[in-house]
Order: sequence, then structure tokens, then C-alpha cells
Amino acid sequence: MPLGAAPTETPALPAKAAAPAPYPSTYRARPEPDTAIVNASILTATGTRIDNGTILMAQGRIVAVGRDVAVPAGARTIDGTGKWVTPGIIDSHSHLGVFPAPGVDGHADGNENIDPYTAHVWAEHSVWPQDPVFTKARAGGVTSLLVLPGSANLFGGRGVTLRNVPAVTVQQMKFPGAPATLKMACGENPKGRYGSRGRAPATRMGNVAGFRRSWIDAAEYARKWDAYERKRAKGEPAEAPKRDLGLETLAGVLKGEILVQNHCYRADEMAVMLDVGHEFGYRTTAFHHAVEAYKIADLLATEQTCVATWATRWGFKMEAFDGIEENGAILASHGVCVAIHSDEQRLIQRLNVEAAVALAAGRRAGIAIAQEEAIKWITLNPARIMGIADRTGSLEPGKLADVVLWSRNPFSVYAVAEKVFIEGALVHDTESPGSIYRSDFEVGQPVGVE
Amino acid sequence: MKSNRLALVLGALLGLASPQTAAAQTFAITNAHILTPGPVGEVEQGTILVRDGRIGAAGRDVAVPSGIAIVDARGGYVTPGLFAVNTALGLVEVSSVDGTLDARTASLRISAAFDVQYGLNPASTLLPVARLGGITRAVVMPDHDDSNKEREAPFAGKAALISLGEGGNILYRAGTAMVLELGEDGAARLGGSRASQLGQLREIFAGLKGRWTQDNAWGLSEADHRALAPVVGGRMPLVVIVHRAADIRQVLGLARDFRIKVILSGAEEGWQVADEIAAAGVPVLLNPTSNIPSSFDLLGASLRNAAILHRAGVVIAISGNDAGHRVRDMRYNAGLAVSRGLPQAAGLEAITLAPARIFGVADQLGSIEPGKVADLAIWDGDPLEALSEPVAVYVSGKAQPMESRGTQLGQRYAKRPD
Repeated sequence: MPLGAAPTETPALPAKAAAPAPYPSTYRARPEPDTAIVNASILTATGTRIDNGTILMAQGRIVAVGRDVAVPAGARTIDGTGKWVTPGIIDSHSHLGVFPAPGVDGHADGNENIDPYTAHVWAEHSVWPQDPVFTKARAGGVTSLLVLPGSANLFGGRGVTLRNVPAVTVQQMKFPGAPATLKMACGENPKGRYGSRGRAPATRMGNVAGFRRSWIDAAEYARKWDAYERKRAKGEPAEAPKRDLGLETLAGVLKGEILVQNHCYRADEMAVMLDVGHEFGYRTTAFHHAVEAYKIADLLATEQTCVATWATRWGFKMEAFDGIEENGAILASHGVCVAIHSDEQRLIQRLNVEAAVALAAGRRAGIAIAQEEAIKWITLNPARIMGIADRTGSLEPGKLADVVLWSRNPFSVYAVAEKVFIEGALVHDTESPGSIYRSDFEVGQPVGVE
Repeated sequence: MKSNRLALVLGALLGLASPQTAAAQTFAITNAHILTPGPVGEVEQGTILVRDGRIGAAGRDVAVPSGIAIVDARGGYVTPGLFAVNTALGLVEVSSVDGTLDARTASLRISAAFDVQYGLNPASTLLPVARLGGITRAVVMPDHDDSNKEREAPFAGKAALISLGEGGNILYRAGTAMVLELGEDGAARLGGSRASQLGQLREIFAGLKGRWTQDNAWGLSEADHRALAPVVGGRMPLVVIVHRAADIRQVLGLARDFRIKVILSGAEEGWQVADEIAAAGVPVLLNPTSNIPSSFDLLGASLRNAAILHRAGVVIAISGNDAGHRVRDMRYNAGLAVSRGLPQAAGLEAITLAPARIFGVADQLGSIEPGKVADLAIWDGDPLEALSEPVAVYVSGKAQPMESRGTQLGQRYAKRPD
């Protein structure tokens, strides 16, 4: 499989081993009664479909999934007859909270676009938990999401993996133990942003030179800290180097502890970026948008780099001109880990339909992909990209009970996410509209849930 | 698999008759599950007779003259070709490449007189992509160029109706509508506030009743004055892009006071004033997925807008997710509106007959009905589902190539490793 075991902890670098990560998650699952959904068609995202199946959730975890699951007395039982169950939908590329609605200047907090090198900023320090689009994404079945900085800069900063739960502080949304990620961007955005202001980078070769220079600095920074830690370990007197937030993040990438999420459209640029990784010894976890990834499917499979992309978006700029609906299916048929992502506020509400478009395009191109596999594009595979696939993304005993009950087959445009569970807590329920959480912004205003 | 076989059969059959001859536009589609608004309605096991590019007959008991070509739909759905609204098809190639954008003007001398018909590009790669979504006709609309902040431009200009048929000339009808934007963006172009914009618009409309004078107070050019004349008489509809409920009420008032035939576009908060829109007999072009409170103009945006407006009796047409590259999403958007309460038949009507009616061409287009133009799509499943696709598309009875630059690129790279 394209990704190895996901790291389970996020050591703050270069913090001492015992020191807790700063800005820790204060997320707590809401306790709820044990719940069973019975008689449903279950797409487990492990490659199988269970008809007339039962899924049992207890204490926030999946206890059992199958046809012959005994429902304990006292468990809340939901009739899933004619309905479908999938893992919670996961979006590996979102800007909710950092580019919230309404999209006014006072809210534009996703791009620190005054300098191309901003590895030091953290998206979580921009997230506005009252963004009403979190509510709408929940109505679309989204239970976890990776919120990234924008793509104006070569290094946009750190992304943050969130649980899509109602919250007042971002710490209450942070996915406990999810690894940190670094947003990088190739192509038109950084070179256009800064070239038009008469400064570097102004070209694609300028972009790459900027990356390389930064990784040289990061390697030197990592060496200084390693030397310090070695001396300390030996009990020798040593003065800690001064922390540099940006280099700290890049050094974390070089140590394999921070996952690289690289915005990159063109196949030739992705190939160059993979070589940048080889030159400096880091791995690219995923290329994002990557509308030309289908041109280098074998290379991406070999490199075990995932692709997070759309099916329907293309042509909005030159580097997106060769974007095709078949991208995901071609990549999947070559063994590449594919995620369908949103990058936008409307699409995050219907990643299931976007996946259906990708599936149909594959079929048209003669690539038959089963729905049992395609469901991974919006569940397990984005979880891999975010380094949380050991905890969520598929319906398996022991995993977190992130579950969606759909009114019908989730690849249908008519499918409605009727009930959404995050770690066993019912966070969205169309049967009980009054119970649906409204963000503070929505209170007293005629904002529609849907 | 089934769809591939069907495509092969269709290809073979169409190969018999050269698509360039008039004979090619005379054929029958048999074993069709006809799904159309209008009197024919839904017919399982129906036949559609196409004569010289028009529908000759459609229904259960249609006699097929001997000797004409037969297309066996094998039970697949056959719908009218889809009719897109709010597009810039033929006027855009790459959104960020200015030289490919022809839907707007920065001219200081014209706004209403700007006419998109002269910029249409039949070779646009966007047209086959839209056609593969079953789309055969589209309203192309002018947009605003905001590069010059000093420019006061009340109107975007004149829309046109195009055919998506392969070939040289895609213009079907010019001067289909005048386009105007209200709300935050519109106000910014005319005085900087809603009150300023609406006040000036009232002055302009009042002034149109007289002759144009060089020193008119609102700086309208003679060309703009001439272009607007049919709007005030109700001979050319005025598409008004508007979002907020209060602004929609203002538009209805404007329409009433100046006898303007208004079409609302956007209208995200329309559901809050649905009865008033219905009472005014004003139709709405909308995108049901525009449900984000992305500005204070549309805090009430809701996926249920389409269903609520329809229930109130408003004629609605459903658009795609942008004006160009994602126009093909319009049928999924219709399906999403159905998922939130719009009746199934109304969903199909909102992407076929309703837009044809709104733009005054329902006598020719929009449904499978004897005498109308044979714009048709044969599908391998429910046409509103993303999992379904057209297996054949006809424009004026001509079978269209079922490929685009995108599918060609896909074929080039789809070969699997061995």
C-alpha cells in the first residue's frame, strides 16, 4: 500500500522528548449511549460491502461490523433498512475556518502572502471555529478535515487536522495525536504572486531554487540541534540554539515527523518536486490538486506518494488546463492512493458526488473500479494523507466510530447524510433539525442549515 | 459495460448514414425510455422519429417508416438535450488567461451595448466537455470587467443563445437578454451603495422613454440607450443578478414600475420571498448548491431554495457550478435540488424546458415534442445521476462526437501497467 504505518504522535521539534506539544488538543468525545445501526448496506472502506449488515458502536469506538452482530440490550438501535453506512467523510484539503464565510477581508486568514517562505505560520492560529461552513460540511457527512494554509507561498505553513465538531476554540477541534503537516506550493501561485511584485520567485525555476535553498538551511538547523541534543545526552554543557519557527517545521519534515502536503498541478513539476525530496531526504506524503498526476501514475505509485484531487475542476488557470475527470480512476488503476478533496466550501458538502463523477469517468475510459474501493477516495485514503488512518477512515473494530448513515447509496446525487457520528456522538441528525448545532455566527440570522 | 456496448451499436448504426447528409438527420430512436417535460412525458418503450433535424413524432405507438436508420436505445433514457443558463461557453478558454476572456468589456463608452455574440469561439475546448454532459444549448452571458474601479457600468451587456453542435457557427440567437447585477458587487459599480445604484437605475429607465441626448445626466452613450430601449418595453428580458431578499423585492418593484420583463439570477434568498416572486410571474435562474453565506448578501442561501421556489409556483432553471468549465455539473445540481425536495420531473424540467421557456424559445427547444428541434441525449442511467452518462447526443438531429480534449488525454494515459 502506498503509505507505511502512520506516525501516531507529533513531537514538537526540537522540543525535549518529555515536553508536551504546544497548543495541545482539548478535544473530548461527547459521551453517548452505545449505538447499533442494523439492516443497512455497509461500505466499510476495507474493500467490502456488507448487505443487511449491522455496525455496533460503543464508547466512541467501532465494536463490530458484519451480518451477524449481536446488539446488546440497552443499545440505541437505528433501523438502516434501505439505507447505507460509510465511514465518516474525510477531506484532506480544506480551508474552512481560515477562509471562512462570509468571505470578507476581515476573515481572510489563510494566506500569509507577504513572503514566499512562511513555514513558521500555523493554520490553526487562523481557524475561526464559528465558520458556518463547518455546520454545512457536517451535513455532508464530513467528520475530519485537514485545514491548510493557502498556496500563495512556497512554504505556506503548517496545516491542522480537525474533528468537525461544534467548538469555541480550535484546540477543542484538534484531532488528538494527528501529525503536523507542511503545506508547500509549486507553479503559478507562488511565482505569480511574487513575480508580479518584482521579487523572487518569478519563475518555476525560481520556485525550485527557493525550495532548495530552504532545505539547505533546514538541514543545517537540524544538525545544530542534533549536536546540542547529543551533548546534552552525554551530560556535557551545551547552549541550546535559538529556535526558528520556520526551520523547526522544515527540520521536522527532514526527520519524517511532519507530513508534506504539496500543492502541485503539472506532472513535470511533481516529478521535479519528488527529486527535490530525494536531494534533501524528505518524502512527499501527497500532491494536492495534481490534475496532471495521471501522466505520471507509475512514478507516483513507485514513490508511494498519494494524490488528493477533484474530478470536475479544470481549466481555471494554465496549469489546470489538462485536468480530466479520469484522473482519479487512472491513478487508482496504477495502484496510487487517491483522495477526492474539496478545497472549497460547496464541494466539501458533497465529496460523495464528486467521487461518483470520478467513478463514472473511469468507467467511460474502460477502468472498472468497484464502489467498495472508490469509497476509500473520501474516507481511508484522505486519512492516510493526514496520518490518521490507524484511527479512522474505515469501519473496523477498534477504530473511532466516525460513521455516516445515508438515505441511499452514497454515490447517488439523491443521497442525504441523515445521521453523522463522530467518535460515536451523533453530531448531525436530519430527523431532529432542532438538534443541529448552529455556530454563533448563525444565531439570530437566517442562515440555512442546508 | 452495458454503456460501452450501446455506444458501439450506436456508432455502428450512425456509421451507415453519413452525418453530413440531410438523411443523417432523419432516423428513429427505438426502445427509448422517453423522459421529457411537455405532453409526451415519460414513455417506457417509446420511439422518437427525427425528420430533417426535427422531432417528427414521439411516443409509444410511432410508426417507423421503412428504410430509415434506426438507433436502438436498448431501454436507455432519452431526454431533451440539456439547456444551460448563466454560462460563458464560447467566451472563455482558460479563466486566468486574459486573452481568452471575451465575456466582458472595459470600455468606458459602452455597457448595455456590449454584445457577446461577436466574440463566440466555436473551437473552444469547453464546448465538447459540456456536450458530454448532455448539454446542447446554452445562454451565454456577459460578465463585468472590474479592472477599472473608476468605470461606472450599470449593465454587463447583451446575452446570446448558442448551439453546442459541432460545426462553424454556434450562434443560435443574439440579443437574448440584457444583464444587470445588483447587490454588493453591482452597487460597487454604480455609486457604491444599493440606494445609489437603484436610484440611478430608476433615473436611467425613466430617461429611456425619451430620445437620447448627448448631455444626459447619467452619461449613457447613444449605443447603450439604443440597446436598452427594448428592455423598457418588455421586448428584451432583463436578467438581474441579485441575492438578498430585500434586493429581490426592489427588482420586482423596478419591473412593475417600468414594465420590464425580469429574470432573476442567483436569488439565493429567493425562498424568503417566494410568494412575491411567484405573484410577479418572474422566473429564476439558480444554482441550488450556492448555499454558502459567502457575503452579507446571501446569509440565507440554502440548498432548499429550488424546492421552495418551485412549490410557490416560480419557474426555475438550474445552472452548473461555474460559467464555463463546470457547466456540465448542472444535471448533478438538479439532482441535488431533488434530494432536498424538488420533484424529480421538475428537476429535469429545470435543465430543459424551463430555461427554453424563460428565454422565449420553448416553441423550438426544451422538450421532445413533434415540431421541435431534435436536440436529444440518450443516457446509460438516470440523467441527473453523476454515475450516469450520455451515450449519444444529438443537436438538431446531428449525432455529436462523444469525445473531448479531456477524454482524448485520458485515453492517451489510461493504459494500465502489465
